Amino acid sequence: MIAHAIFFYIFSIIAVVSAVMVTVSKNTVHSVFFLILDFISISCLFIMIGAEFLGMIMLIVYVGAVAVLFLFVVMMLNVAQQKNQWFISKENSNHIPIGLLISVIIFFELIIVIGGWKYKPDLFNQDNLSIVNDVSNTHSLGMVLYTDYIHIFQISGMILLIAMIGAIVLTFRQREGVKKQSYLKQISRERAEGVEVVEVASNRGVKIDD
Amino acid sequence: MEYLDLIFQETYKILFLLVPVLVSVAMIVWLDRRVWAFVQKRQGPNVVGPFGLLQSLADALKYIFKEIIIPASSNKIIFILAPIITMTLALIAWAVIPFGVDQVLADINVGILYIFAVSSLGVYGIIMGGWASNSKYPFLGSIRSAAQMVSYEVSIGIIIINVLLCVGSLNLNDIVLAQNDMWFVIPLFPMFVIFFISALAETNRPPFDLPEAEAELVAGYQTEYSGMMYAMFWLGEYANILLMCALGSILFLGGWLSPIELYPFNLIPGALWLIFKILFLFILFALVKAIVPRYRYDQLMRLGWKIFLPLSLTYVVLTASYLFYFNLLPTN
Repeated sequence: MIAHAIFFYIFSIIAVVSAVMVTVSKNTVHSVFFLILDFISISCLFIMIGAEFLGMIMLIVYVGAVAVLFLFVVMMLNVAQQKNQWFISKENSNHIPIGLLISVIIFFELIIVIGGWKYKPDLFNQDNLSIVNDVSNTHSLGMVLYTDYIHIFQISGMILLIAMIGAIVLTFRQREGVKKQSYLKQISRERAEGVEVVEVASNRGVKIDD
Repeated sequence: MEYLDLIFQETYKILFLLVPVLVSVAMIVWLDRRVWAFVQKRQGPNVVGPFGLLQSLADALKYIFKEIIIPASSNKIIFILAPIITMTLALIAWAVIPFGVDQVLADINVGILYIFAVSSLGVYGIIMGGWASNSKYPFLGSIRSAAQMVSYEVSIGIIIINVLLCVGSLNLNDIVLAQNDMWFVIPLFPMFVIFFISALAETNRPPFDLPEAEAELVAGYQTEYSGMMYAMFWLGEYANILLMCALGSILFLGGWLSPIELYPFNLIPGALWLIFKILFLFILFALVKAIVPRYRYDQLMRLGWKIFLPLSLTYVVLTASYLFYFNLLPTN
């Protein structure tokens, strides 16, 4: 149990410190690396409470795919300079009230949730949450996700699909004058249309272009 | 004291796994160069030791005594971290590879997801190395590899779903045991081929070694590295290749099961069968390296997204419908 507590505190300290470092660090790429560290320590915490499937999915989806693309964009766009300008310039600070408002709202939401959890535990219905030890994590998750919540699950899938298609449609543009290879055309080229055997009269040659 | 005992036991087990893996990585480098040479009618490394077997050891010694150069304008911490991450990630995935019924370091429920997660983290070593070098060629190489590895992971994930549909469990030992009657390479043969090609791309092997294409990018993300740090990249890469071969043999070639349940084959321990299968896949990897020319970048992306992804998705639907129609879905 002591070892469990030690590991819990190590992971949670890493998670909190790296979450702070994401916002504090000046270099944007460093921020993304701290974000990745945050994801990894949170997935470690998931695994510690026995939710191994969630932890692994967190690693695969967030660290393995989302953060890679994030890093990709941040590296390509060179956002570091822009961020430094924001830090320095005074005129661009009109987004600070909005940020403050949002953080205050999140703070009060947290207070409500934690307070309710503490003083009104009967509000959180845990009757239908039965923990069965001999069924693995993945199975029990699938049991709930594909029976009781199938509609919500499918709808969220559709929303993600529409968002993906929308992003592609918005960024896709047909450019003029770009040379493209058509694989079908290249493969289906026959000898007859590519090569022509010409009888060359001696001392006269041929004109290829006609 | 109990904790100490436990720690000693686990350390002993880990060393018993890692030392053979590292030695076999060295041997596999030699085998790779040897196969490559024989295909091209050369001799390959054959001077150091019998048949040149000690060549990798000599190389390692050379790397250890070379100076480690850290570029002045590089981001030093990330520059040093990159090869360490590559190496570590290549080694920790071996924890869940089963060599027998209970010959496995960590028999976890989500073994296949663990391997998939670790191999998808592998791209960070390359991105960090390329970015921290603060130089053009490494940066281009790392950007290329980020896109490449992310795209081929998608098809590997969907191929794994195919296998999982037939097994009904994420545990690697269950996956092996489910192939007792028939290896999955027979019903899922197209998926095996796509898995093999995607594994080539995932481990940056030729013909998909665009991150380090020496003709255009010098050596990609490894350009600024020298000495032991370069060697760690190298070791990590080969350990990853071995891991992918192990994953392929567990998913499709029956892992540690013997091909025929008959008298002389039963005597050979399961671990040896797994090693034979890994070696078989690795020799295929080496042959492909020697035979096939390098892909162009747009062709690589086209292959990943426009051919492999739809094919493997279609096969998921096919497998699921087949299993459902004939009531073969595993229930437990």
